[in-house]
Amino acid sequence: MDNNYISMKNINKSFGKVVANRNINLAVRRGEIHALLGENGSGKSTLMNMLSGVYTPDSGSIFIKGKEVQFAAPKDAIEAGIGMIYQHFKLIDVMTAKENIILGRKNSFLMNEKTLSDKIRDMSARFGLDIDPDKKVYNMSVGEKQTLEILKVLYRGAEILILDEPTAVLTPQETEKLFKIMRKMKEEGCAVIFITHKLNEVMEVADRITVLRKGETVMTVDKADTNPKHLTELMMGCPADLSIKRIETEKNNVAMEVRNLSAVNSEGIKVLKGMSFDIYSGEILGVAGIAGSGQKELCEAIAGLHPVKQGEIVFNGENLVGKSPAEIITKGVSLSFIPEDRLGMGLVASMDIVNNVVLKLYQKQKGIFIDRKPAEQKSVEIIERLSIQTPGIKHPVRMLSGGNIQKVLLGRELDSRPQVLITAYPVRGLDVNSCYTIYDLLNEEKRKGVAILYIGEDLDVLLELCDRIMVICAGEITGIVDARYTTKEQIGLMMTGTVNLMKEGEKSEHDNANNYTSH
Amino acid sequence: MEAVISFLHAAIVAGTPLLFATLGEIITERSGNLNLGVEGMMLMGAVIGFMVGLNTESTTLALLAAMIAGAGGALIFAFLTITLRANQVVSGLTLTIFGTGFADFVGQDLIGQIAPESLRLFFRPYTIPLLGDIPFIGPVLFRQDAFVYLGYAASILLGLYLYKTSTGMNLRAVGENPGAADAAGINVTLYKYLHTLLGGALCGLGGAYLSLVYVPALQEGVTAGRGWIAVALVIFATWNPYKALFGAYLFGGLDIIGFRIQNLGIDVSQYFIDMLPYLVTITVLVVVSMRKSREKAGPKACGIPYFREER
Amino acid sequence: MIMPITIRAIKKSEPGRMKAASIRIGAIILALVASSLFILLLSLNPADVYIKMIQGAFGTAYRIKETIVKAIPLVITSLGIAIAFKMQFWNIGGEGQIAIGSFAASYFALYMNDMPMPLMLTVMILAGMLAGGLWALIPAFFKAQWGTNETIVTLMMNYIALKWVMFLQYGPWRDPKSLGFPKIANFPQNAVLPKLLGVHVGWVIALILVVVVYIFINHTKKGYEIAVIGESMNTARYAGINIKKTILIAIMLSGGLCGLVGMIQASAVNYTLSVEITGGVGYTAIITAWLAALSAPLILIVSILFAALLEGGSYIQTVFGIPQAAAEILQGIILFFVLGSEFFVRYKFVIVKKHSAIAEKGAD
Repeated sequence: MDNNYISMKNINKSFGKVVANRNINLAVRRGEIHALLGENGSGKSTLMNMLSGVYTPDSGSIFIKGKEVQFAAPKDAIEAGIGMIYQHFKLIDVMTAKENIILGRKNSFLMNEKTLSDKIRDMSARFGLDIDPDKKVYNMSVGEKQTLEILKVLYRGAEILILDEPTAVLTPQETEKLFKIMRKMKEEGCAVIFITHKLNEVMEVADRITVLRKGETVMTVDKADTNPKHLTELMMGCPADLSIKRIETEKNNVAMEVRNLSAVNSEGIKVLKGMSFDIYSGEILGVAGIAGSGQKELCEAIAGLHPVKQGEIVFNGENLVGKSPAEIITKGVSLSFIPEDRLGMGLVASMDIVNNVVLKLYQKQKGIFIDRKPAEQKSVEIIERLSIQTPGIKHPVRMLSGGNIQKVLLGRELDSRPQVLITAYPVRGLDVNSCYTIYDLLNEEKRKGVAILYIGEDLDVLLELCDRIMVICAGEITGIVDARYTTKEQIGLMMTGTVNLMKEGEKSEHDNANNYTSH
Repeated sequence: MEAVISFLHAAIVAGTPLLFATLGEIITERSGNLNLGVEGMMLMGAVIGFMVGLNTESTTLALLAAMIAGAGGALIFAFLTITLRANQVVSGLTLTIFGTGFADFVGQDLIGQIAPESLRLFFRPYTIPLLGDIPFIGPVLFRQDAFVYLGYAASILLGLYLYKTSTGMNLRAVGENPGAADAAGINVTLYKYLHTLLGGALCGLGGAYLSLVYVPALQEGVTAGRGWIAVALVIFATWNPYKALFGAYLFGGLDIIGFRIQNLGIDVSQYFIDMLPYLVTITVLVVVSMRKSREKAGPKACGIPYFREER
Repeated sequence: MIMPITIRAIKKSEPGRMKAASIRIGAIILALVASSLFILLLSLNPADVYIKMIQGAFGTAYRIKETIVKAIPLVITSLGIAIAFKMQFWNIGGEGQIAIGSFAASYFALYMNDMPMPLMLTVMILAGMLAGGLWALIPAFFKAQWGTNETIVTLMMNYIALKWVMFLQYGPWRDPKSLGFPKIANFPQNAVLPKLLGVHVGWVIALILVVVVYIFINHTKKGYEIAVIGESMNTARYAGINIKKTILIAIMLSGGLCGLVGMIQASAVNYTLSVEITGGVGYTAIITAWLAALSAPLILIVSILFAALLEGGSYIQTVFGIPQAAAEILQGIILFFVLGSEFFVRYKFVIVKKHSAIAEKGAD
């Protein structure tokens, strides 16, 4: 007799030629926090998307409370008591928190404002979720949006909560808060499934762990019976050292000086407030910050894509401010930015590798015609150097897997032999092997004397890979620290502005609300 | 004073076909579909509505037929863009071409015929008691024909629907972020289909007004580009049914102002006056696009097809 | 909720070019079948009608020439439209750009015509292209600067341009010698494009432009930039492409080509300026450009076929009494089918069957 809360048996799912899930088995009990662990690309999200009704299994069965169910749409899953919190929030920006919560419910045709607000306030108090029901989503911080998503599913009576990589966008402090909420849910008898690739989180908060690798179930263990090393082995298939090597180089001269950089966005709001820092040849300077703190604008300002209101960017004796992006590229500053949808900012999805590589080469060519031969050569080189899996150089880039797409992008940038490389989220969503290829590439460039500005979300990676870490909060630098001697907690405090080392060591208490800018 | 009242009155009459088309396209775009086939759907409604009206002498049947014709055109568009994920701009343009041809073809024998007596009688101006006696506003707003009143009602009902009901809120969500709507359990496909068809029906009604009441005869190209002005009006009204009233009547006024200007003795070529509505439309569009308010922008996912299994 | 069967659409792995082409051809065949049903409704024999259409387009030397004359403006306008569409700039203003081009060329033909023919024609060509380019530049500027919806602005410009020509035709440029019927005077001989091989020399221009545009799109920097902008504005930005400048240049070219058509039609077909010059080509070109997937050589083929459709269409109008509108319906049907067939190139329908309802006694 199946007395599990959720049971998934022999689940299979493919997309075209790609097999995402193969014969997966998963069982989750009431009142437990169950971690679904696996590296990027192992099939975790796909599996949970089937539990939440977004995808349907090609074969296999799903049982909720012992009864078989078939979900044709998210609506069915919601009715069965499943609440999924997606990595990319499914919220309507122009609506309020309240409106987002009641969206799609079997509400009465005409809406009754007051009873809704009351119910929401009750729920907030019960679970410790702090939300202003009338706040518009586009005014919310990332942490607030996530809280809203949780409240949303609870409002619908969810007894099963699925969280997809929830901590990727949170500060260490917010992560703690989230874990507290998860434990409360557990107490209330919910089943909580928690998708992640971070071992330390799993060890902290999970009761049982199911490990996936390459689309298959490897094993389900109790936390008490395992440890990080064991889990790593299960995740990777062999004993593996997941630490990133930090190469020591001699710190050379200053490659670029940024002085008092200020900028505003299209609505006139300050996004960069007088930032000053140096970056040295042969170093990796990490940039940590809550999403929307100004990382994107900083990158764009240096690359000449965002107008600078005040300040200087000195590179090789000249001020880059005011120069066109094309000029800055030719001078040796290269930007590779992986946006959330991966393809939007550096690559043209429908064109092949050659046409994407030529994007950075053609401007240096003389005349009005494009010569694609050099690009073809380079494409072959890049594919070999980074072991990119592709059917050929003439195939559209969108056909490649995420990891390979990012390799193409980085490969192209590195190929222009920049002196300063700005790379944002280069390993977003990549599987472990690809990640390490990219870390190695970056270290190689570092050895050659390139100055690397590395913007990333994963604090663990920043701490291991970078020499120094610059923390920004609401457009200001709150601290530049040596990565060897700092802790995640310290960085977290700087990310929220609670600690600001630039203000002469005094602990400045900023109102948290003022420091949150919208995503 | 009399002249002003008479002008405003006429502006409302002239603006009514625009109003229906604009309301229809607002609903369609709110569901995330950019349907440029408004002109085609209006023509189909004009012809079919006229044909049925002529043969059955029944107002109800004529209007229903016009709605069905408009919805029929919209159905082709909806199937292509929602289910088959075709390019919305080209699909809409094709609908206009097809609708124009269809209307010309079906209506070829009826060109020049006047709307039947019984229908014209039905749509005679009718004064609403009490309201019609309010000075100034009365004669302008409340001594109109039934179609105009239908226009008022449609605009208000749609506004209430969109902003005050939960279904309307779901619709707005579908147009803004279909992924979020889907995850919330809303049947995105159904909403898109239903509202695109409803939009088409309204456009068909707009066309029927032209052939049955405004002219009231069937002419070739009786819509004269109004369908396109309606698409612009949707942007002008910032996708708000209440504002559509204002916009439609404003442009109705522009449509008929030429005649009045010449009456005032100002010697301007008729052709320049004809250009006015189009020039104003362009000006309006440019001014609107210069504003950058987040909430005044259109439904964020308008013009983009939605596919749940997208990876 | 348990459903018996569901039909789902899922993505296919990318098909080869042959497969994609065959699906599109299949769509056209299906469209012809659907049209046959339509023809049957008219109590006519589809085969009969189709044969007569082909005869009408290619039956005699005269008719072939007529088809080519109809194809020329279509080819050039489609090329212009394709350039704009490649950038996802929906230029619906072909009609207006043609009209303005014809106006500019006519001005010189009628009022500054004291020149030898080669010079006269060159001036007219330049005037036409410049006028068309500037006419298109206006909506392009608004789009580049403020993101104004170009679909509607270009369309509104159509009406304004046409009204302008009407104004001239019925007003200041009206030929006093044309009794009653409002018409502008015919061009002098030196303003008329000469013929080559029985058809006016526009066909040479069209062929040259097919090659030029092909090279432009595929082998020049600007052409490449246009394609990148059309695909992803952000990527173009990140690559350092000057987006505003490129948009303006591309659309000027687009309008310029349409303006050229205006000159050609005025000079070689109508021999004067009139509102009938455009003949809906600005709209038809959108369809042909789309059907040809914005590819220059395909545009040539599709345009000729479409011209044949129109030419054959007017022939069967006289023979069978089928109204002109029927050709428009046919166009619409073909395009609907091709639009719909795009889906089958990239996705396929899959039937998902219900699993056995018996719960398995599985191990926990």
